[in-house]
Amino acid sequence: MSYSILNKLRTGCVLLAALALPACAVQQPGTDFNDPFEETNRSIHAFNKGIDRAFLRPAGQVSAALPEEITGPVANFADNVGLPGMVANGVLQGDIGGTATNTMRFLINTTVGIGGLFDPAGAIGLGEESTDFGETLSVWGVPEGAYVELPVFGPSTQRDMVGIIVDMVFDPLDHVGTSPQIDYGTGARVAGLAISRGTFMDTFDSVLYDSADSYAQARLAYLQNRRFALGEEPPVGEDIDPFSDELSLEGFE
Amino acid sequence: MTNQTFSRRKIMGLGGAGALAALPLPSFALSSGQAEGLVNSAVADINGVIQSGASVNSMIRSFKGIFDRYSDTSYVAAYALGNDGRSASNAQKSAFADAFGNYLADKYGRRFNEFAGGQIQLQGSRTVNSYIEVRTLAVLRNQSPFQVDFHVSDRPGRPVFFNLIIEGINMLLSERAEIGAMLDARGGNLDTLIRDLS
Repeated sequence: MSYSILNKLRTGCVLLAALALPACAVQQPGTDFNDPFEETNRSIHAFNKGIDRAFLRPAGQVSAALPEEITGPVANFADNVGLPGMVANGVLQGDIGGTATNTMRFLINTTVGIGGLFDPAGAIGLGEESTDFGETLSVWGVPEGAYVELPVFGPSTQRDMVGIIVDMVFDPLDHVGTSPQIDYGTGARVAGLAISRGTFMDTFDSVLYDSADSYAQARLAYLQNRRFALGEEPPVGEDIDPFSDELSLEGFE
Repeated sequence: MTNQTFSRRKIMGLGGAGALAALPLPSFALSSGQAEGLVNSAVADINGVIQSGASVNSMIRSFKGIFDRYSDTSYVAAYALGNDGRSASNAQKSAFADAFGNYLADKYGRRFNEFAGGQIQLQGSRTVNSYIEVRTLAVLRNQSPFQVDFHVSDRPGRPVFFNLIIEGINMLLSERAEIGAMLDARGGNLDTLIRDLS
């Protein structure tokens, strides 16, 4: 495929993604979640649980059993190839500090850290300032949209779904990465997912397999954690105050 | 390191309490110092249990004791049951509150190994409406540090926890959703749920 066709295809994908946004439904007052696609989402959730059971969870168990000397460099490499995308998003958000930190991190870890296998930048206090295009859209004032559970990618929102697509299509790593980074970047990121699954084994298992409604728990955890990470205020009604008289404690004491 | 952080915060907390006392704003009795002290001593008690080397079941019983001592058990149970508790009898409510405490101690107590060797570093506290939010950073092995906020009130007449927010995830909201789903799975039968949680 020639470069120009690829570019057209990319533009098309982004337009499609952008078109998905006006469909974002406004949250209904009185309902807890903006989840008009719940039925479809629940089918995808069941599918994702199947994938987890068959592949991701076993891979996480293997990774948790491996020594840190092996998983550490893989996780570092995977994190490092994500940095150019974070730098680009930092620029789009006007986040000077985050952009500078992530740029320094990428330069130091790619060189001194032997292609990104090690994390000397972290050791001198340059920790990753995680971001993505979903956050860029949030900074630009695009609303969150409806909750969606994506095949393989898991819990998301319409806004974050567009973010995932844009980040994948326009990854600046293609232009600034070394050839091992471009060749093994995707593989390392997939391995990085397995490593995370292993590290947070109990947390994932608790949500997916020990809860009465894993879909509802995953939705609640994702939305709250994502809003927290983006610095967005929780929706009204989530502030719980023991002195309010909404709840009668009679009988419980 | 941790001890230094703790003592500095404690001193700041005490200073804050002094400033509060000097202002003509009574009725709000709970101070930041008390709320932060509660976090410190609960963390110390939990670490004590983890380091005791007792069996898992014995540890879970100890965690239940810590939960009863440090938290607003009535409020937490009432919130988790939510509207489903409206038609319950007082005997059912009281039985649910007890069963729910066991369920929480079991659910979180089983995961104590994740906290072994970890630290809870106090970051400070602030007043929100009628309660105090104590912000901490949990530094556990093999994990990036994450934010845990303890919500403390003096509703029962002494400082107690009534909610926990881990990286934005609100424990009371999660448990209300979970208890609601458990009730649905049992056709709304509260007695069956109480039996299964006990």
